[in-house]
Amino acid sequence: MSDDIVLETRGLTKHYGGVHALNDANFALKKGEHVAIMGDNGAGKSTFVRQITGVEQRTRGDIMFYGEPVHFGGPLDAREAGIETVFQTLALADDLDVPDNLFLGREKTKFDWLGPFRLLDYKAMRQATMDGLEKTAVKIPNIRNTIRNMSGGQRQCVAIARTATFHSRLTIMDEPTAALGVQETAQVENIIRTLKDQGEPLILVSHNMRQVFDLVDRIVVFRRGRICANLAKEDTDGQDVVAYITGAKTQEGYEDAA
Amino acid sequence: MADASHGTGGLTFDSKRRAWPNELNIFFALILIIFAFEAAGQLLPYMNGQSFLFDTRDRFDSIFNEARLRIIILQVAIIGIIALGVTQVIISGGIDLSSGPLVGATAMIVMSFAQTELVNGGPNPKAVFGPWAFDLPVIVPLIVGLSFGALIGAINGSLIAYTKIPPFIATLGMFLICRGIAQAWTRGQPVSFPTEAYAVIGKGMMPVYLFFALAILFHFILKYTVYGKHTYAIGSNEDAARMSGINVQRHKVLVYMIASMLAAFAAIVLSSKNLTAQSGMGIFYELYAIAMAVIGGVSLTGGRGSIIGTVLGAMVFGVIQSGFTYIKLDAFYQLMAMGAIIIGAVVLDKVRQERAALRS
Repeated sequence: MSDDIVLETRGLTKHYGGVHALNDANFALKKGEHVAIMGDNGAGKSTFVRQITGVEQRTRGDIMFYGEPVHFGGPLDAREAGIETVFQTLALADDLDVPDNLFLGREKTKFDWLGPFRLLDYKAMRQATMDGLEKTAVKIPNIRNTIRNMSGGQRQCVAIARTATFHSRLTIMDEPTAALGVQETAQVENIIRTLKDQGEPLILVSHNMRQVFDLVDRIVVFRRGRICANLAKEDTDGQDVVAYITGAKTQEGYEDAA
Repeated sequence: MADASHGTGGLTFDSKRRAWPNELNIFFALILIIFAFEAAGQLLPYMNGQSFLFDTRDRFDSIFNEARLRIIILQVAIIGIIALGVTQVIISGGIDLSSGPLVGATAMIVMSFAQTELVNGGPNPKAVFGPWAFDLPVIVPLIVGLSFGALIGAINGSLIAYTKIPPFIATLGMFLICRGIAQAWTRGQPVSFPTEAYAVIGKGMMPVYLFFALAILFHFILKYTVYGKHTYAIGSNEDAARMSGINVQRHKVLVYMIASMLAAFAAIVLSSKNLTAQSGMGIFYELYAIAMAVIGGVSLTGGRGSIIGTVLGAMVFGVIQSGFTYIKLDAFYQLMAMGAIIIGAVVLDKVRQERAALRS
């Protein structure tokens, strides 16, 4: 395989008992590429993401990350390997502020010999947070504010800013704007464009056709647990994608999905 | 700001701007309560214009009624030490009902290792063990007591973290077990006559000094260490904490261990102060400690609160208790009024939360 592949899955399969949630998914993401995953509810999009990020253990198949086969025991393994995920349900602690949330579980510390009582290096974490927010052009009025006092868009921005702060090698967003208003959605989309400008690879799970065509290079369509189309943005349009999603069309080479 | 071409809105950073600290509200409430009792003293006909906290007769030594201040602060110091641990448990999203009976059990056990041989020239009439346990160095009962606390806390924490039973149930069970241990230890007999060194721990104003020293220590730990940050994180959103890679189960065990060790230390101070241990010691202490934390703004849903708040809550608690006595409110009504105040504090907290939610 070529060197410019960030993530590749071969025959990725997940069964929940008798339910075949994901079957033989062959997927590849190139460096600097933004790919959208689309499909109806229950088509296997989130299942696919959960296998890659180690939230669940796959039934079968291979995952290659930068050419190396990987087996993530949990989400933390994936994160340590450089995969940052923005989940549908935000993994933020409401009563903590922005730097606390960005660094939760991997705090910058001093006097490490104190074990669990080692001191937090607030200054370094604040600085790194500011740098990360600048890199993504995320604007938050006051990083010392607790998450509880933030709007949905700001919360989503904080979750996304984690990506930039930790120099992730792959960013996955699972419906990042599903619960957001128009302005907030625009803000999140702008961050995604910033990531694109910086050449950060991204997998975006979304239902929003306009958003997908605005942001990504390629669209992969899931249907009933299988990939049924892999479309370059230039070669397709909204109606075409809907036809694939609903099952009116199946791309050549993906006939088993029919 | 770097490339801001994709940015929206005109928001700017202001790392200095901070929210109005809740502790200030509690402090003002404390002042208000003091003045309310002061006013009651002036207005109630049977009080003869006595002052609550200010010295009205002798203005030369001090403007305060120091005797009453000292009693207030001594009254809350020992339960306050327990409240420091309960605060951490509640911030982590749990509750600890076992601290009161733990005080009783620990006091009984610890005092057995702190007894002196000769009482008024004769043998110690309350001896629990043989001669080997007499006049041990003071470090022995201290280690025994703190180890017992750590053990109980580890059991509490492990039950809650690993079997996932609700903290309320786990610590309620431990409540009964500890009270049972306290009674079974000497079959109800008090344990008395400690060594001189042991008697120093709770002598005079020592409980107050210890309370404040521990409060400062744990204020620092909660605010500036990884332990503190993870305690808030777990109480705030346990799933997020787990997804962030925090070992939630191990951390919970640690929190309950620290809380129980603080309760055990309170038992040491109390038994030293009283020069005796009785199986009934610490009755209602768990509830008073929880009340202090709650009055001090520690949220029962977890994630919010502080040691400063709890210390202020303890002060409010002490002032109210002392104030009721001062206006000669019958002890029977005092309990009822106290209950009403605790409920009021939680309702106020709820209202404040909802207002904050509306603002954002």
